[in-house]
Parts: sequence; structure tokens; C-alpha cells
Amino acid sequence: MVDADMEDSEKKAPSVIDRYFTRWYKTDLKGKACEDHCILQHSNRICVITLAESHPILQNGRKIKNINYQISDGCSRLKNKVSGKSKRGGQFLTEFAPLCRITCTDEKEYTIFSCIRGRLLEVNEAILNKPDLLLEKPSTEGYIAVILPKFEESKSVTEGLLTREQYEEVLTKRNQQEEPC
Amino acid sequence: MLSLKEKDRPIVRKLLCAGCCVRCVLRFCCVGTSSAYRRSYQELLAFISEENSPQSHDASGEEKSSDAPPNKRMRIDEDSVTAAQTDSDICPVCLGVLQDFCDPGFAEQVSDAVKKQQYEFDSLVLTVSLPAQLSVREVSPAASLLNDSQYLEKSMCLGKDDVIQVKDAFKWAVQGKIGQELGAAVVANVSSPCEVSISFIHPETEEDCHFLYVAVFLSVSQSVFTRMAVVKALEKISEEKFSRHYPCPPKKANTRCTALDTTCLHTSVFIAGRYNKFSRELPQTPWVIDGERRMDGSVEELIAAPLLSSFRADGFNFSSSGREDVDVRTLGNGRPFAVELLNPHRAKFNRAEIKQLQETINQSSDKIRVRDLQIVTRDATSRMKEGEEEKTKTYSALIWTQKAIESPDLEFLANIKDLRIAQKTPLRVLHRRPLAVRQRLVHSMTTIYLDKHHFTLKLCTQAGTYIKEFVHGDFGRTKPNLCDLMKTDADILELDVESVDIDWPPAIPD
Repeated sequence: MVDADMEDSEKKAPSVIDRYFTRWYKTDLKGKACEDHCILQHSNRICVITLAESHPILQNGRKIKNINYQISDGCSRLKNKVSGKSKRGGQFLTEFAPLCRITCTDEKEYTIFSCIRGRLLEVNEAILNKPDLLLEKPSTEGYIAVILPKFEESKSVTEGLLTREQYEEVLTKRNQQEEPC
Repeated sequence: MLSLKEKDRPIVRKLLCAGCCVRCVLRFCCVGTSSAYRRSYQELLAFISEENSPQSHDASGEEKSSDAPPNKRMRIDEDSVTAAQTDSDICPVCLGVLQDFCDPGFAEQVSDAVKKQQYEFDSLVLTVSLPAQLSVREVSPAASLLNDSQYLEKSMCLGKDDVIQVKDAFKWAVQGKIGQELGAAVVANVSSPCEVSISFIHPETEEDCHFLYVAVFLSVSQSVFTRMAVVKALEKISEEKFSRHYPCPPKKANTRCTALDTTCLHTSVFIAGRYNKFSRELPQTPWVIDGERRMDGSVEELIAAPLLSSFRADGFNFSSSGREDVDVRTLGNGRPFAVELLNPHRAKFNRAEIKQLQETINQSSDKIRVRDLQIVTRDATSRMKEGEEEKTKTYSALIWTQKAIESPDLEFLANIKDLRIAQKTPLRVLHRRPLAVRQRLVHSMTTIYLDKHHFTLKLCTQAGTYIKEFVHGDFGRTKPNLCDLMKTDADILELDVESVDIDWPPAIPD
């Protein structure tokens, strides 16, 4: 659906994400079909974890029933507290550390993962109050978490992630195989 | 003439027997007249010998005094007037500092070294650094003299503190000549911005202080004995323990002290002003990542370069009341800044010369402009930092909106006053700033409609407000933001600082 106004706005200069971030992707997390994540890596090495546009939660008009940051009896991502410039105290995450569990109204449950190694700085509490943010603006206001990789690992942290082009190839292949999500 | 008294005689004798030089003798006799130390070594030696052997006023005695090699100490004894037992000429207490180094020759050497460095000054402060071992050697004769009842009597009246320090005696001896050579007054500490430092070391006796550490601290925990540590240890150690471990009088040395190169230091000079930045490709400070320069030039380098060369300074520190990003211009009256020039070889400039410097900076590049350039005191720079937290700033931003807008759609913004916003630390600075939420005020806004997707937004905000994040929302981490207010995605294409509202530094009319 393209109207005159949309055309105008597309002529604009690169967005905030385009200007400062590189998009990386991890697809089929833990072997689960289409559970794709998008990692926005800032030029200052900070990473924002978001749902990729192909994630099941964002398909077929699904609605979110519940978002839970309590990932185990002993661990809630909401309790994460960092202090000082070096962000001491932040929970250290590895690639498959769960960030939160999202339950949709159709009872399907999805776990969102860290995808990278680093210190958890914050999780998005705005989506607890307003889950629609996650559906409407998954790449900006609906982000899941902010992670700070170790300085020494700034570059290597994206090894094993897909570039935008590689991600689009994966999508193309899926469409050809007509995998339902 | 040197105010030595009868009762000083036995002390003098004892010290000379120990091999002390004549100036150290004067010191332990508490001679406090600075001129005494300026007299030549021969004069002093002759005087003391006379004073101490009244019997040898005969020709032979005098001849002996004046024929003897200048540094040889006479054994002053009524029984035998033979040459001293000393093989080495070096005073065991001052290790030579108060001997040859007090000759005019050394003062000339020092002065030449200063002249070579081409400083401009009217006055200077002389600082002297002595090896730590000297504190130990100083205590030794005092300790032995304390056993001397006559010294005890004298010191009880005047206090041990009346013994003249080696440092003071040395300065008294040389400062006149140095001042003469350099055409400047030698003054007391903090009265002059220019400091000339003379340092002595004595490698031969560096181990002297070892015993102190073992005796007092029960260990040798460091290989370098700082003067402070030695002084502290000397305060702690008992006299009895001291004399057990350290010979009285101190052991003779084979070498005298070595003088290190004379160094000069001028206190920093502060230059303040306000700068404009007209380029959107100029960082305020050099942009270097991993040793690689990412963008050429910087505001601070453009301002400091002519200053560094005119003041002939070794380096600089640049500070300002806040900063702007590389891609942001600073318009209006500009942003206050201060440059600290380190060790300037020239520090005196009149108003016209500073004006000229300002012109030079302004001619050097069209990317920046400087005004109100002036020399200020160090304290004045704290006024500048005040502004960072307290004052307001005004900005002009070019806004893009996703939805199409018409002029009336912008009117409501002008009616919003003192809007409270909460800004989490922006992601773009979060790697080097603590994570926090900042409450800030957007005092007022005005708009200029440009087209369906663009308008100019002018804002006046509290200091410390992140404007870019207020516009695009920073992933919703600044609330409320312009996108919320206008109910559309919005982005900031250009930003200018229109004014930094501090009235410092004082304006200099053209």
C-alpha cells in the first residue's frame, strides 16, 4: 500500500538505526522454525536485541497475553542492576541465555534469547505495560534488551550471526519451501 | 663578623675533627645570617681557623691557614697543628653540596642552563632537591653533639630547629649570583610563577637509608627511598637506636654529590574565550580510535595551536562549558572555553597582543571563530564549569516527520512550557556513561514550517538535555519525546546550538 505521503517519507535520509547501527540476525533459534532475532549493533559496540520481522509473534495478527522476565526461580531479568561507568553488577549472558518468555493469546509460548555474549544493561519494561509496542514497533520502542559486550569481544561478538543479506537469503529460501510460521 | 661565640668553639672543633666543611660548621652553630654563607670558602676557613686557635695568630699559624689547600680541614688542636687526617675532601654531612657547589662557577652554570631554555621572567623561585641520605647524615652529628653538654645547653635555649638546614644555606650561598646572572629577583615560594630546580643525587650512599627501614619498618619494602619515608622514619627512630646503627660522625664519602641538569618550570597560564563552530565535520577534541585518526582536525587543536607557539608552551589542556557533537554547529555568541597552557616560556601579553592572537586563530580556519579571548586566573575556570549544570541553552533543529503535516499542526508546540522529560542515558553514549534516568526541562519551543515533512524546531532547554534523543525518542527511552507529542515518527536531520547562556568570560568589545 503506497500512497503519495509514503513515497515522500521514503526519500528521507537514513533513519537513526541506519545511521548508527548494523543489523545482524540469528535465525531459527534453538532449532525452532522461524524464531528469528535481530541484533542491532551500535558503532559504540552496544547491542539492542529485537525480534526480527519474520518472528512468529509478529505474524498472523497474533496478540500478546503475557511477557515474563522471570526466566527461572532464581533469576529475573527485571532484577538486573548496573552501576557506574563499567556497568558492574549486570547479569552476564551467553548466546543462549533466555531474556524473557512471551505467551500469545493463542497459548503459543516463545523464548527470546540473548544471541550474543555480554553484560545485560537493561530490559524493556515499557512492553510489560504495553505489549502492543512489541507488535507495532519491534525494531524501536518494542526492543527486548540492551547488552554491552566485553570490550575485547566487541568485534567478535557478531561472529556466527547473519548479515542483512544473508538473512534475506534465508527468508527467500523459506518462501520457496513455503514453511509455515 | 660571623657571630660565632666563645661557647661555639668546642662545637666547631668537634665538627672540624669529624671532617665537616666550614658552612656545615656555621649551620650547626645556628648562624642565621644569609650573607655569611656567601663568603668564599677560603675566607670562611681562615676565619674559623683563627677563631679556634688563638695561639696560632703567629705567622706560622696564619701561613698554614692560607697556604693549605682550600678544602683541607685543619686539625684544630692546641697540642698539634698538623694537617687534617682526612684523605677525602668531602664533607660527610652535606656531601659537598655546601662546598664547591656554592662557588660562583656553579651558579653561572645554573644560570646558563636557564638562559638556554629561553624563558621570559622577572623573578624566580629556587627549589633545591637533596638526596634523602642527607637527612640521615644531618642527624648524626646532632646526635653526637647532644652528648656534648655545651651543645645541649645551647640547643636547649634555641631548640634543635635552629640548626640551619642544608637547603637554606645552599640557597643563601647561590641565589645572589644566580639572580645577578639572570637579571631577575630570586624570591620565596609561591611569589613567582617561574621555578628553577636544582637537584642533587649521591649514588654512592644510596644504601645509607637501608638501616632505617629495617630498624623502623622491620623490612625493606621498597627499593627507592623517598625523602618523605626517610623523614618519617627518622621521626620514629629513637636516638639510642639510631646511634647503634649509624656511625657518629657519618662515614666519609669518596665522591661528592652530582648535580642533575637544572630544570625550569613556569606555572600554567589560562586563556579563556568563546568559540563558534561552523563545520558539521569537526569534532571538539581529536577523534582517535585505536591509534588511528578518524577525522582531521578538532576545535581544540585549531584554538590551541597559535597559543602554544606564541606562549611557547610545552602542552595544553582544553576545557569548555559543555560540548557539541561533530555534526552540530555552534552559532550565536559561542561556547565558553578555557585553555591551560603548560610551562609557557613566555607569559606576559598585553591586550593588543591577545587581540592579535585572536585574529590569528580566526584567520587560520573558517571552521571556527573565537571571541573574547583573554588571560584569566585558574579559579576563573570553575565559573565555566558552573554553567554546564545550571544554565540554559537554545537550539535550532531540522525535523523530519513521517506523517504529512501542515503549518497549523505545529502550533500546539509553542504553547508547551517547561515540559518535564525523563531521559535514560542515550544508547549512543551508554558505553562510556553510567546508566541513569535524567529529569530535564524543555522550557519552550517555537517552530517554522518548511514543507509536508520538514520543519525547524527551536528549543530552549535545561543544561544537560539530549536534544537528538528528545526528537527521535531513542527507542522510547526518552519520554515524552517529539514523536509522542506529534504522534508520528520523527527524526532530527540537523542541529545547531544557538546560544549557551552563561555570561562568562566577560565580553571584550572589539
